[in-house]
Amino acid sequence: MSIDAFIAASRFGLGARPGDLGRIKGDPQGWLLAQLDGGSETTEGVGRSAERLKLFFDARGSGGDAALIELYRKEYRQGFTADVGARTRRAAATDQPFRERLVHFWTNHFTVSAVRPTVAGIAVAFEEEAIRPNVTGRFVDLLLAAIRHPAMLLYLDQAESIGPKSRAGLRRGRGLNENLAREVLELHTLGVDGGYTQTDVRAFAEMLTGWSIGNPRRGIIGEFHYIELIHEPGAKTFLGRTYESAGEHEARAALELLARHPSTARHIAAKLARHFIADRPQAASVDRIARVFLDSGGDLKSVYRAVIAEERAWRDPLTKVRTPSDFVIAALRATGVKAEGGQVLRAQAVLGQPPLVAPSPAGWPDDASAWATPEAMMRRVEFALAFAGRVRTRMEPGDLAESVLGDALSDETGTAIRRAGSRSEALALMLASPEFQRR
Amino acid sequence: MLSSRRQLLLGLSAFTLPLPNLALAAAPTDRRFVFVILRGGLDGIGAVVPYADPDYRALRGEIALAPPGQEGGVLDLDGRFGLHPALAPLEMLWREKQLAIVHAVATPYRQRSHFDGQDLLENGTTDPRAKDGGWLNRSITLLGKPAEPNRRLGLAVGATVPLLLRGEVPVATWSPPVLPDASADFVAKLARLYRDDSVLGPALAQGVGAHAMSTEVIGEQAMGTTPARGPGAFKAAAEAAGKLLASAVGPRIAVLELNGFDTHAQQRQRIAGPLAAFADGMAALRGALGPAWNDTVVLAASEFGRTAQVNGTLGTDHGTAGVAFVLGGRVAGGRVLGQWPGLAANRLYEGRDLAPTTDLRAVAKALLRDHLGLPEDALGKVAFPDSRAVRPFPGLLAV
Repeated sequence: MSIDAFIAASRFGLGARPGDLGRIKGDPQGWLLAQLDGGSETTEGVGRSAERLKLFFDARGSGGDAALIELYRKEYRQGFTADVGARTRRAAATDQPFRERLVHFWTNHFTVSAVRPTVAGIAVAFEEEAIRPNVTGRFVDLLLAAIRHPAMLLYLDQAESIGPKSRAGLRRGRGLNENLAREVLELHTLGVDGGYTQTDVRAFAEMLTGWSIGNPRRGIIGEFHYIELIHEPGAKTFLGRTYESAGEHEARAALELLARHPSTARHIAAKLARHFIADRPQAASVDRIARVFLDSGGDLKSVYRAVIAEERAWRDPLTKVRTPSDFVIAALRATGVKAEGGQVLRAQAVLGQPPLVAPSPAGWPDDASAWATPEAMMRRVEFALAFAGRVRTRMEPGDLAESVLGDALSDETGTAIRRAGSRSEALALMLASPEFQRR
Repeated sequence: MLSSRRQLLLGLSAFTLPLPNLALAAAPTDRRFVFVILRGGLDGIGAVVPYADPDYRALRGEIALAPPGQEGGVLDLDGRFGLHPALAPLEMLWREKQLAIVHAVATPYRQRSHFDGQDLLENGTTDPRAKDGGWLNRSITLLGKPAEPNRRLGLAVGATVPLLLRGEVPVATWSPPVLPDASADFVAKLARLYRDDSVLGPALAQGVGAHAMSTEVIGEQAMGTTPARGPGAFKAAAEAAGKLLASAVGPRIAVLELNGFDTHAQQRQRIAGPLAAFADGMAALRGALGPAWNDTVVLAASEFGRTAQVNGTLGTDHGTAGVAFVLGGRVAGGRVLGQWPGLAANRLYEGRDLAPTTDLRAVAKALLRDHLGLPEDALGKVAFPDSRAVRPFPGLLAV
């Protein structure tokens, strides 16, 4: 069963580097499990939220100072590009690619999209500060960290949602914004059929009022900050329970309830199964993973072990189509090409998945029907040709393909690579081959 | 969705490249129909503003637009409604009576999720989870088969095919070129490796064919001259769609998509860009279609409208009824149609949203029947299942 090494490296990991498969093949599952105990050190070169948001607030509080506003815009733009470069370099070089894939999975689950300029400067910081430290912890802690992060509070308009009956609401005649409340229920926890109503959305939005971000006037920058002045007073009824007025703690209590809800367990289990097993995983697989989620109190390590334990995940190689992001990272890992942030941004944009710029809070899709379109396939082929021209490895393309695709490499693809008219055509064939486009 | 995708792809004989037959052959129709999906929940009240409604100003507060004639004011349509100033490029069409507006329109969807709302807008049923592809693909099946077996009547503009166009009939896709072309020799080598891949293989074959077709019609474009993203992207997409639709051998049904209408906060600043992109795109589409504009009808709509009242962050939240635009050379325009429910508190849906008075399916069915000549009975069963009670909206087209 040496195909297992390939499955571990490409389906659970981010694609093999030359030599990786030889190191993995003795114990592919053990190689994955060991990564769950790996470190969560931050990524070098990614800007912190506090630094970036200081620029944002300086510009906003400047009364229209053009120089400060231009500085903010420039730093955000350049900062985002540099952050994406650092993030991609880490993914391309890591010895813990399964752990890194999990980080990317949750970043997409809790999408904060850099389509909003304010979010762009702190989108990668969100991954570093909210996702990465919690990726092998408990789901509730991951959920709280993601929802309380300034990037999420800004992206889904929570920072300015005001309780209509709060002191500020009564004085200024401003009110609620339901955006974050709805998306937490629909996308992050229960799922759209998870059993909630518009009344629950409204109540949760009221409970969330006051969850905002610090600003220089309050002496807090780049961190969660609770503002009592805008919190909706009074008891709230949410998912059939009544919550007494408890200020900041109301939304925490609601999120704790959501984190252990059976609908959440199912929703998360189904997404993990779709990500790691197949576009349409078997119901039994989802049930088993959801059961572990519930029984372990949302212990994510236990949940990942349950995914790895699914026999189906090891049976059919190449069920999943790589997303453009996965494709680019796998190409970098296989060839050792070094990429700058700007190059990664352009490449992924051309392939249809600009990094961290998902079109909606639902994040990027995770099934072949979204990615395997005629137009997208042409882009992948053209990208493979352009990329192959930049590869400087000394390995023979045929040997390289054997080294990174292992037992998944078909005779036909191997022969086509060895018979190609040029080195760069051979590499392009490898990168564009079905074995490389799938995982 | 995957199963319909597979059906679509497996319906092709692998690697016979569907190059267009340039000898003229009759398509089942020379009428053109374009659907524009305005994604994110377009605020109908903010786009086609009921400035004379007595409750408008109080509900919208700081984001209310000024009456016609004032600075930043709306562009008057009929004394009751005015266009958002960013829609100025549509004013000419209105005066030429080639733009009609249906207000207070909604799909049958009554929840407030973007994703379910868009799925339902596109799948043409009353269930966001329905599995049978999009109503426009099913409408193409009703048109009958073109004489050339490989001709694609449907066109998705963009790298992916929206649900609206997914289904039994294969459709073409087009998006602006940004990388150098792959050589025919390389593609042929690669195609052999994909022989056994039932999903990616046919996708590759179709991609090659579609590329040949669009190069033939649009002409070779220098890399980077067509914006793939950013403010000009929609206009470029609409222009390309117009050229392809205008071609004698081109598609007849096209779908364009425009994002950015989810204006939860700072709506005043955020809505102008997407509205201007839409209006500029429609002007570009008309220009590129040339004389074929006279055979064209465009329907533009969103998954839902937004709350009647401004929210706490100078934006609006997910609502119910919104607005639909019907434009083209055959439209009996210059009118705001549909029953206006009013904005009084007791008239709002669930006390918060513009109340729906027209089913969007009625508008779509009228255009499919009267413009594309599809039988009403089949529209009520196949295109929009179980919708026979939803009668086509009368009087949209000039005879």
